[in-house]
Amino acid sequence: MDARRKPIYLDYSATTPVDKRVAEKMIPWLTENFGNPASRSHGYGWEAEEAVENARAEVAKLVNCDPKEIVWTSGATESDNLALKGAAHFYKTKGKHLVTVKTEHKAVLDTMRELEREGFEVTYLDPQPDGLVDLGKFEAALRPDTIVASVMHVNNEIGVIQPIAEMGEILRKRSIIFHVDAAQSTGKVPIDLQSLKVDLMSFSAHKTYGPKGIGALFIRRKPRVRLEAQMHGGGHEKGFRSGTLPTHQIVGMGEAFRIARVEMATEGERIRMLRDRLLAGFRDMEEIYVNGDLEHRVPHNLNVSFNFVEGESLIMGMKELAVSSGSACTSASLEPSYVLRAIGRNDELAHSSIRFTIGRFTTESDIDFAVNLIKERIGKLREMSPLWEMYKEGIDLNTVQWAAH
Amino acid sequence: MAYSDKVIDHYENPRNVGSFRKEEEGVATGMVGAPACGDVMKLQIKVNKQGVIEDAKFKTYGCGSAIASSSLVTEWVKGKTVDEAATIRNTQIAEELALPPVKIHCSILAEDAIKAAVADYRKKYAGATEDADKKAAD
Repeated sequence: MDARRKPIYLDYSATTPVDKRVAEKMIPWLTENFGNPASRSHGYGWEAEEAVENARAEVAKLVNCDPKEIVWTSGATESDNLALKGAAHFYKTKGKHLVTVKTEHKAVLDTMRELEREGFEVTYLDPQPDGLVDLGKFEAALRPDTIVASVMHVNNEIGVIQPIAEMGEILRKRSIIFHVDAAQSTGKVPIDLQSLKVDLMSFSAHKTYGPKGIGALFIRRKPRVRLEAQMHGGGHEKGFRSGTLPTHQIVGMGEAFRIARVEMATEGERIRMLRDRLLAGFRDMEEIYVNGDLEHRVPHNLNVSFNFVEGESLIMGMKELAVSSGSACTSASLEPSYVLRAIGRNDELAHSSIRFTIGRFTTESDIDFAVNLIKERIGKLREMSPLWEMYKEGIDLNTVQWAAH
Repeated sequence: MAYSDKVIDHYENPRNVGSFRKEEEGVATGMVGAPACGDVMKLQIKVNKQGVIEDAKFKTYGCGSAIASSSLVTEWVKGKTVDEAATIRNTQIAEELALPPVKIHCSILAEDAIKAAVADYRKKYAGATEDADKKAAD
């Protein structure tokens, strides 16, 4: 990709660049201070161990927990697997039922499918049309044999924030283990594990300006949560997750989370202004739909469906922007987004959605450029769209007999 | 998704976008596909008294390959008789645009659009082609 013609990056929920301050801190731990943190017999090991523990303290500080409750993993996917399989396996004599939501990340949904194959039973809740889980329905799904519930904090596609505080209260009363995937929320929403009744929480570094390939799992000590390890070996991380610790990655995650803690408030406000500017730019357009609740939502995310325009052609028409489409044509299958389908969007609207996610390095001029480009391209595609023409003629598309193919 | 240069060219400079008035003399319309499947094509042909397609226009809701396929067939049907147009096959479209296997359905849809337009023409102007063919034969 030619650096001068790189598209404007508005896909921060897919991944973020590593902050330069983070990258700088990581480098010495690759070259000079290369020791194995598990080496107890010399200084190379000791200094690496100290760096790992400092980073652990930084991760713990961002979410207000005890550093002893943080276990390093390779990322949020591994954390989700360890949390769900680990808890289900450990508590299987108590019951075999788990509860989750249809809009969860595949790392949770696919793990649940695997547990089903092992003989567990899983309830997949439908969210409301605004993307949020109804607490009454959530409570009603719980059974005497429910052992684990898993709900993501912030949705990766539509950015809505689930009511995890209230859910935690409901679950703690019944002694059901509560797992929360927080990959999308660190540095975006304050997390206070002293007050939240969450037992397990998954974190990722690369969604918060840290490196890829490193994450963590919070495992509560009071009340204590037990897990069956999924990775066996040298007994690292108190036996929860064996494997030599990647010091440089861990240092990177620690620094990324430290910066997130210090800068979250001001950064969040700046990003909210940019998001509002983006939304305001679309206001005079007809037939656009914001997907997901706007109030209970991280400021970084705007997910919009442009009716009567197909998603892949839309992405193709926006080469100058790096955004995600709800139409999974771009990822080789022809399925519309399962998240948008779960909140009740029809196939057409799901196909024509674009997810804009704004981040640390997005500027006002990036947003203005994006608004102008989108208006022009949507206009052009709608001029080409027979559906737009029919809509303009006042034909109700739901009454048309389509020949499905 | 990597597109061929021809697909990108048709997507960026689509030929013959637009609509004829349905009641215009010699105009026939074919609409195929479904919004839920992610593509709808509307192909219109304007046929003269000799049964030759003088002009064609399209509107397509769909991916880049669907837009390119329909844009291409508007070029191809022009100057052909209705019967000749009906012989255009999806394989020719797919080959011309170098469509990848996952996009073959776009070329099938374009072939279906031609057939639907031709069928509409025959329904509206029943016997018109046969007469024209006979004249051409005389």
